Amino acid sequence: MALRQFGAAATVTVALALATPAHAVTEIQWWHAMTGGNNDIVNKLAEEFNASQSDYKVVPSYKGSYPDTMNAGIAAFRAGNAPHIMQVFEVGTATMMSATGAIKPVYQLMKDAGEPFDPKAYLPTITGYYSTSKGDMLSFPFNSSSMVMWINKDELKKAGIAEIPKTWPEVFDAAKKLKAAGHATCGFSNAWASWAHIEQFSAWHNVPIGTKANGLDGFDTELKFNSPLHVKHLQNLVDLQKDKTYDYGGRTSTNEARFGSGECAIFLTSSGYYATAKGTAKFDFTSAPMPYYPDVAGAPQNSIIGGASLWVMGGKKPEEYKGVAKFFTFLSDTNRQAKLHQESGYLPITKAAYEKSIKDGFYEKNPTLQTPLKELTNKEPTENSRGLRFGNMVQMRDLWSEEIEAALAGKKTAKEALDAAVARGNAMLRTFEKTAK
Amino acid sequence: MEKSTVFNNRLLPYLLLLPQLVITVVFFYWPASQAIWQSFLREDAFGLVSEFVGLENYQALFAQPEYYQSMLTTVIFSTLVATLSLSIALLFATQADKNLKAGGPYKTLMIWPYAVAPAVAGVLWFFMFQPSLGMLARPLRGMGIDWNPLLNGGHAMTLVVMVSVWKQISYNFLFFLAGLQAIPRSVIEAGAIDGARPMRRFWTIVFPLLSPTTFFLVVVNIVYVFFDTFGIIDAVTGGGPAGATTTMVYKVYADGRLGGDLGGSAAQSVILMIIVIALTAIQFRYVERKVQY
Repeated sequence: MALRQFGAAATVTVALALATPAHAVTEIQWWHAMTGGNNDIVNKLAEEFNASQSDYKVVPSYKGSYPDTMNAGIAAFRAGNAPHIMQVFEVGTATMMSATGAIKPVYQLMKDAGEPFDPKAYLPTITGYYSTSKGDMLSFPFNSSSMVMWINKDELKKAGIAEIPKTWPEVFDAAKKLKAAGHATCGFSNAWASWAHIEQFSAWHNVPIGTKANGLDGFDTELKFNSPLHVKHLQNLVDLQKDKTYDYGGRTSTNEARFGSGECAIFLTSSGYYATAKGTAKFDFTSAPMPYYPDVAGAPQNSIIGGASLWVMGGKKPEEYKGVAKFFTFLSDTNRQAKLHQESGYLPITKAAYEKSIKDGFYEKNPTLQTPLKELTNKEPTENSRGLRFGNMVQMRDLWSEEIEAALAGKKTAKEALDAAVARGNAMLRTFEKTAK
Repeated sequence: MEKSTVFNNRLLPYLLLLPQLVITVVFFYWPASQAIWQSFLREDAFGLVSEFVGLENYQALFAQPEYYQSMLTTVIFSTLVATLSLSIALLFATQADKNLKAGGPYKTLMIWPYAVAPAVAGVLWFFMFQPSLGMLARPLRGMGIDWNPLLNGGHAMTLVVMVSVWKQISYNFLFFLAGLQAIPRSVIEAGAIDGARPMRRFWTIVFPLLSPTTFFLVVVNIVYVFFDTFGIIDAVTGGGPAGATTTMVYKVYADGRLGGDLGGSAAQSVILMIIVIALTAIQFRYVERKVQY
């Protein structure tokens, strides 16, 4: 019985195969790490593209978390079986770009395929992260976010804080008031410790994280985030941690729920938290720009991005590359980008899409989604705020967080912790430099 | 009289051994030799650049204070997990061995945690003890204990030990229970007739008869804490805070998989392999002598 069914199925398959028109459809594999609503968006994008023409077929597949997807892609590449397009989170950028031969730079791809492509059409803070110092775009921006300060307006009002704090001293003040008003375990907090207090903090204050434009200009870079300003900031956090005016929120996003539950009324995390906040918070909330120290000249500068971009893997057929290029052109379309931005909460990647969203009046209804854009476009990016590109960044983030934790737990002084984070990070960078060619 | 089986065919015994040998070679010797080879190389994540560097990976490793820290953490972690999971499982098994009315369901419940994937178990416990939202962390805080595994290394260690023990109790329980049920009632009854109290009966009769099981479990548990716990650590603490729960195997995972430092990670796994081989050898050489089969 089972055998007969199998036979029937095989016949049908063969019949279908024979029925397909003579010209073959080129399949393009797209590996990504999007879950939930964003997964649906990815699938819809692929469907729309496939329906728009008949030569190529984009096949998206979900491969787990960002690190999982990246590791799956690397393993597949080593096995000679890489996908065409791979979504890689921003901290994997250095690893990807150092892999000459494993990747096909996007600017090259578009040129070879003869697709219209103007790097200037994209938001510079986004493309800066993914471009060489000459401005050649290596990967295609897809879902970008930035860090913002989430505010529980109801609790601020209750604590008698009239205005949303703008500077760090104002945040500390507000946190003390919040603590006095019943937020005993958390005046303010954050997710993504090293992203908040080292990476974004440095860009926002226009101070370097490392030499060579934070690694963008070469891998022979050295870390520098143990400056007096960094030490002062970490020391402030250490002092405030003692009575939980500041309460450490972990290396990843697992503690974001403390904002949604109302425990922390001021919380720094990704702008991509928007959808979750909307779903869980039973209070009036908004997002505000990250705080800064007013005595630092030029602060605030501009923020840097998080999220992921699409990398094209090397060693594929020209015909396939043509399809990938066509797909990227399809993605860059202004209306599509604007819609994508407004539906997903991720940033628009082109200037035109941003302008369209302003014109549509989208931000009047959704001011929280404009905060990260205002931060990113606050000023022309500088050497210190264009982005960062350090080898082994995934592990390095853990290492930096480790040292922040040591300081907050009172095992090291702020200066010792940052010095150690820099020294250990530098050792890691030297190892990476030796393998990156 | 000849009791053992005689193979007339000289090839047959080798043929029968072959599947086992193939599996051992493919799943152990081959990857192990790869790891040793890789520990002498410096490679990028994609395997595009590969350079022979001799012992450089090992030198770099032993120059890191964090590596010694991870060794110490491993000793503390493995001692706690092995001791606790074995003794708690033994206690449960002796209770289950008594004639319980609801013995069946009890045993089923005891075995359950073993079916839970380490990462799932980790996440489960993480949420129960998450400082401000966890349903078990809140009462702790209510009692005035400043429970904070995010910053307090001791708390984080307690948490990963609890999860690892909880996961392993089931396995140990099963073997202990089987071992206990294999002990003839008559021996224990004879002890009782001689006037030995339950505790004395346990330590002088039951426990020595359980020694083969215990020995086997000690070996298995040490292998478990050395190799199988990184999923739990990853889900619960990510090796933190400040490296307090970074065991040697977690460091292998973090450096190799997350950091893309394949050479350094391979060097660590070679060291780990040597340690476990040594530990197992010592156990079989010295501890096994005390085992009565």
